Amino acid sequence: MLAYAGRILRVDLSSGKAETEPLTEEMAKKYIGGIGLGIRLLMDNSKPGSDAFDPDNPLIFVTGPLSGTMGPTAGNGYAVVSKSPATGSVAESKAHGFFGPELKRAGYDAVIFTGKSEKLVYAWIDDDSVHLLDAQHLKGKSPYEADEIIKEELGDHYIRVSAIGEAGEKLVRYASIINDEFRAIGRTGMGAVMGSKNLKAVAVRGTKDVNVADLEGFKEFIKTIHERMKGPATRKYRTLGTPENVLVLNALAALPTRNFTQATFEGAEKVSGEYLNEHYVKKIIGCATCAMRCDHVAVVPEGPYKGSTSRMEFECLWALGPSCGVDRLDAIIEAMRLCNHYGTDGISTGVTIGFAMDLYENGILTKENTEGLDLRFGNHEALIEMVKKIGSRDGWLGDVLGEGTKLAAEKIGKGAEKYACHIKGLELPGYDIRGLKTAALGFAVSFRGACHLRAGSYSPDVKGKVNRFAIEKGRGKIVMEGEDLYNVVDSLILCKFSRGTYYDGLEDMANYYTLATGLKTSAEELRKAGERINNLARLFNIREGVGTREFDTLPTKIMNAPIPDEGVAKGSVVGKEEFELGLDDYYTTRGWTKKGFPTINKLKELDLGEFASIVKNGGKK
Amino acid sequence: MAKLHEKKFVSGDPEKCIGCCVCEYACSMVKEKTFNPTKARIRAIRLGPLVNLAVACRLCEDPACVAACPRDALAQEEGTGIIGVDDDKCNGCGWCIEACDYGAIMLHPETKVVYVCDTCKELGEPQCVEWCPEEALDFVTADVLAQKARRTAVKKLFQESVEKASE
Repeated sequence: MLAYAGRILRVDLSSGKAETEPLTEEMAKKYIGGIGLGIRLLMDNSKPGSDAFDPDNPLIFVTGPLSGTMGPTAGNGYAVVSKSPATGSVAESKAHGFFGPELKRAGYDAVIFTGKSEKLVYAWIDDDSVHLLDAQHLKGKSPYEADEIIKEELGDHYIRVSAIGEAGEKLVRYASIINDEFRAIGRTGMGAVMGSKNLKAVAVRGTKDVNVADLEGFKEFIKTIHERMKGPATRKYRTLGTPENVLVLNALAALPTRNFTQATFEGAEKVSGEYLNEHYVKKIIGCATCAMRCDHVAVVPEGPYKGSTSRMEFECLWALGPSCGVDRLDAIIEAMRLCNHYGTDGISTGVTIGFAMDLYENGILTKENTEGLDLRFGNHEALIEMVKKIGSRDGWLGDVLGEGTKLAAEKIGKGAEKYACHIKGLELPGYDIRGLKTAALGFAVSFRGACHLRAGSYSPDVKGKVNRFAIEKGRGKIVMEGEDLYNVVDSLILCKFSRGTYYDGLEDMANYYTLATGLKTSAEELRKAGERINNLARLFNIREGVGTREFDTLPTKIMNAPIPDEGVAKGSVVGKEEFELGLDDYYTTRGWTKKGFPTINKLKELDLGEFASIVKNGGKK
Repeated sequence: MAKLHEKKFVSGDPEKCIGCCVCEYACSMVKEKTFNPTKARIRAIRLGPLVNLAVACRLCEDPACVAACPRDALAQEEGTGIIGVDDDKCNGCGWCIEACDYGAIMLHPETKVVYVCDTCKELGEPQCVEWCPEEALDFVTADVLAQKARRTAVKKLFQESVEKASE
């Protein structure tokens, strides 16, 4: 078994003890690495019913089988898996950059952090030596500041650091973990779980070799992928980047605007990828081993936010821009910089502020609640102020919004939940799913809550491969196939921007995996692993009481407020009947019951029979 | 001594380099048959997101590393200018590392003797140059670099005068 490190590190933050255990070949083959291996380790190392902030809840850093190799994108990733403080369900998020390969070179496929440190510490993993070092002086520092200070004090600028900011320390439920300045374990609040453990950062130095089984074959394979990366499959990411989506979605009336009030934005041109690249993007840089490079680094040249620098991608641009009615890119760049500074997920931050603006416009929040802040849509100064307040949980509103839209709505009351745009507690990304209905189904059944990257189910809608204004029989299959594929992608930790370079999809990935690890696999075996991972995640959610049909829902606005904009999508909204039909279709395709439980037969088929007890008693503990 | 125009070395273009470290991985793959940037003869540096550059041995005239070695373990090859390391003589003292202004000569983590870019002379072309996805690396002589700089400067000048003329 090459390419894998063959070891799992276990660090008990309560006692400070660290020990390793082997990664078995069976585990590697069944769960691959990345989120697959992470979810399995979560299942095995957590107590049912533990709160996300309970010291018992493990925080698991996982590399992929290809991390540390020269494999483009898969060579440079890592994932973090735990139970989410935002959703109570499986939490997983991936980041690329330079941290993942360093962790692999230190000799670990996974690091499981359990317990809670008494004081703020950071973990210093120097190959085989593991220490918890005092981090009191890093309290309140941004992830990047912590990164710089740690490198300085350990005396090596090649050390890689993954750290939380003030938001993680203060348990903002959508706090992120950031490595390499802009690369975020963004979604599902992993930074808050890290904060709950008093773990400020993980610093790694890895000097070991990462060997592959067939070096010549592997070299040829990556040469091919490098060539493909220069071609049409990655054009979007190399040119305008994902912000290209702004005008594409706006033209389809699928660009959610002002907290899903409208589906087109009159300021779209001003926040478009075209405008961003012409006026702000200073350089496009890349992650380790990648031949594509996609990091559009934007710098504000003038005005009140002069000098503000951040990497910009579509989702966060949308959340902090159109979703808040803000049409100024300089303010959006500054807001994004602040998200990275405090360490919060840009998507959830923007959607939560848009939600608060919606409440303010509708009289549910008043100037008294906002401490005088004029929180109307489009007020860029209010946006900036709120990012700061949330990042430091400052004031009543900053503190409440730090809980995320779901819990914030409960705390605010007065019908606020009708304006909360989340699924299972995770805020929606930038697709107006009232008129992208395959995406609506995909978002609803995603095991980590509202997510465009669990199935990529917006794609057939946006590309016109299906009637996007209706949920019909057959969409269940589209969603399932997308999910199973993306589970493999996220377990190999391939960057999704590179997905188009695998012309033969799972065949290519199986080849890639075997060349690196020497373990024989096939497209079908990988697909089955993807299906296994999805079912396992579902089982975890059922075990935690949030995994059944009644949790596969859509926000109130998506099902009750038709798109008002004149044009192609006018009047579109997800109807109850078509939605239920979609769920039935999806469950049937998955081999699940009407209530959304995997059947015993399905579990046996996927080698998950050991977990049958979770579904046998109907999910009741 | 080698003539200037014969000495080709690996030069990085900071305008093009994106800090991806593909060069480091390619180097360790070719030279060490493994993936391990800590064993690469070229290293990429990123100072903030906007400043990226890969650095390798520049085959200096009268190289300081060679002069610094008290054990005569280093020697500059006639013609190519490549710094050769006699592994038997080198004891890893690191004086050459201190002497090099570019950090281009390093102590090998396993063999504990110093190692430095040899421009992949046995393969004809440096493999990092072959692999660099941004074509940010060149295998060039100093006078070719000077030519390029001159051409760029004149182009810029010309462009400005054209712009001025059209105002």
